[in-house]
Amino acid sequence: MNDVIETQNLTREFDGLVAVDHIDLSVKEGEVFGFLGPNGAGKTTTIRMLCTILDPSSGWAKVCGYDVARQRNEVRECIGIVFQDSCIDKFLTGRENLKFHAQMYHMDKKTREERMDEVLSLLDLKGKENTVISNLSGGTQRKFEVARGFMTHPKVLFLDEPTLGLDIQTRRSLWDYIQMLNYREGTTIILTTHYIEEADYLCNRVAIMDHGKIMAIDEPNKLKEAVGVNLISLRIGNGDDSIVNSLKGVSGVKRAEAHAGAVELNIDGGEERIPELIDFADERGFPISSIDLRPPSLEDAFLHYTGRDIREEEGNLMELWKGVMMRRRGRK
Amino acid sequence: MQRIEATKLIDPLPVYTMWLREMKRFLRVKGRLISSILMPLLFLAFLGLPLSSISAIGIKGIPEGINYLDFLAPGIVGMTLLFTATMSGVSVVWDKEFGFLKEVLVAPVNRFSIILGRSLGGMTTAIIQALIIMAIAIAMGVTISGLSGFLLSIVFMILTCATFTGFGLILATKLGSTEAFMAIMPLIVFPIFFLSGALFPLDSMPAGIRYMMYIDPLTYGVDGLRGSLVGAAAFPLWLDFTVLLILSIVLAGLGAYLFSKMEAD
Repeated sequence: MNDVIETQNLTREFDGLVAVDHIDLSVKEGEVFGFLGPNGAGKTTTIRMLCTILDPSSGWAKVCGYDVARQRNEVRECIGIVFQDSCIDKFLTGRENLKFHAQMYHMDKKTREERMDEVLSLLDLKGKENTVISNLSGGTQRKFEVARGFMTHPKVLFLDEPTLGLDIQTRRSLWDYIQMLNYREGTTIILTTHYIEEADYLCNRVAIMDHGKIMAIDEPNKLKEAVGVNLISLRIGNGDDSIVNSLKGVSGVKRAEAHAGAVELNIDGGEERIPELIDFADERGFPISSIDLRPPSLEDAFLHYTGRDIREEEGNLMELWKGVMMRRRGRK
Repeated sequence: MQRIEATKLIDPLPVYTMWLREMKRFLRVKGRLISSILMPLLFLAFLGLPLSSISAIGIKGIPEGINYLDFLAPGIVGMTLLFTATMSGVSVVWDKEFGFLKEVLVAPVNRFSIILGRSLGGMTTAIIQALIIMAIAIAMGVTISGLSGFLLSIVFMILTCATFTGFGLILATKLGSTEAFMAIMPLIVFPIFFLSGALFPLDSMPAGIRYMMYIDPLTYGVDGLRGSLVGAAAFPLWLDFTVLLILSIVLAGLGAYLFSKMEAD
């Protein structure tokens, strides 16, 4: 398998602020590859460089073997993009949007009509293509954007926060469509997300990004394994730092940390360790009020690699919306 | 997939696509047409009609035999072109940031073709609106001098449109934020309108103001329209034509150049 995307020391600065900081990565043909990180981690900036919208400040990136700064048109021919902010023409119908897109890519009429049929039925959009976009639901509008991205048989499709602002059911169904398109057409998919579940469910490999740097790249399972086999979370009645420190001395404990009111242990073994831990805490006068044993999630992996919780950054929807508005206003 | 010649400066299919898209949007958003026709209509109805009843000899610079409504109508057509074309140039930049143009800019197509198609679309809609205003003026009693004059006026409309579309593009690429633009737009567009002689002849103004009117591009557009439609031009028509031709090439060219130099985001 060939590398469809390759970067070396890819960097982008905005007036002294380093948004993307020397990233190296390669993505193989047919992969679903995700950039996971909080808002402001540099995911979108990375994608924009890969899509030839933004030039790198230093370093280089190649998409389908072409340099993104020097061979823009060659790169543009082999990619499709679904932007974070919707940019489908709301005054036109879905069909008109797809048609105009295809014409911009010089598709002839016959190929275009066949392809449109194909894409519409793949995404279950048949019957909705003649409705003006603004009269469709947010999820369906988004699906038309994905459909448009697929119109031109791109080798690589970029999806920037594809499910931002959609409800859970719509999000899940969109994931299934994306996976199916990847499977049926062999299209490499590069997506950015700050939804843990999205990265976990969709991606073959995930790059954990924070502050413009890639902290880790691997398959979701491998990233989780790096955290440990099992995580035990203890709620201790009157716990303080001393119990955390003494728990670190227990055999097989790789990591002990107070987190969100509980002590989180990364420990070898599973349930069989629980009685031992209860005894241990009892002996030191710290009664355990609850115990939870679970395999690590991608969220734990994120915490492990970045030292912080992705959800702390995510904030509530209102703040997110404000952020979007601020960005729009601040843009030139 | 066939090899795309993305480096071609003028690429017919994308130019046509962008134009068609503009036309479809124009026809679909009904409110836009009504609101853009309302103001010129008010000028004609509440300024032109009442003043047409008094003798035009009272206004210095209006030739005998031309009543005020005849004099005003080409000016209002010019105003429509000014507002619509400037806005069309500006909205190209907005569309690039918030709208569908963002998606178009990552297509393997030369930027000049994109901007050309988009601007031609905007110009077409501006001229359609100007023609509607003209029809309204004729219905109010304005008599135009004939078919050749009408055809000549379309040439002036195209040149005026190209000039101000380019002007709008330059403004928007230089001003950046939309808020700044909303605040500054009336400060720029209204003086251009009032200094163009659309409402009153140049000769009726004091000398100091007249010199400012000479550097206003719209002066030549309005004068050309007036000459071709009702035969009351202040300058020779070849002068209006030459000035506008040069201005439209310079401004539209500079606008397209600045636009293609901008990064897509």
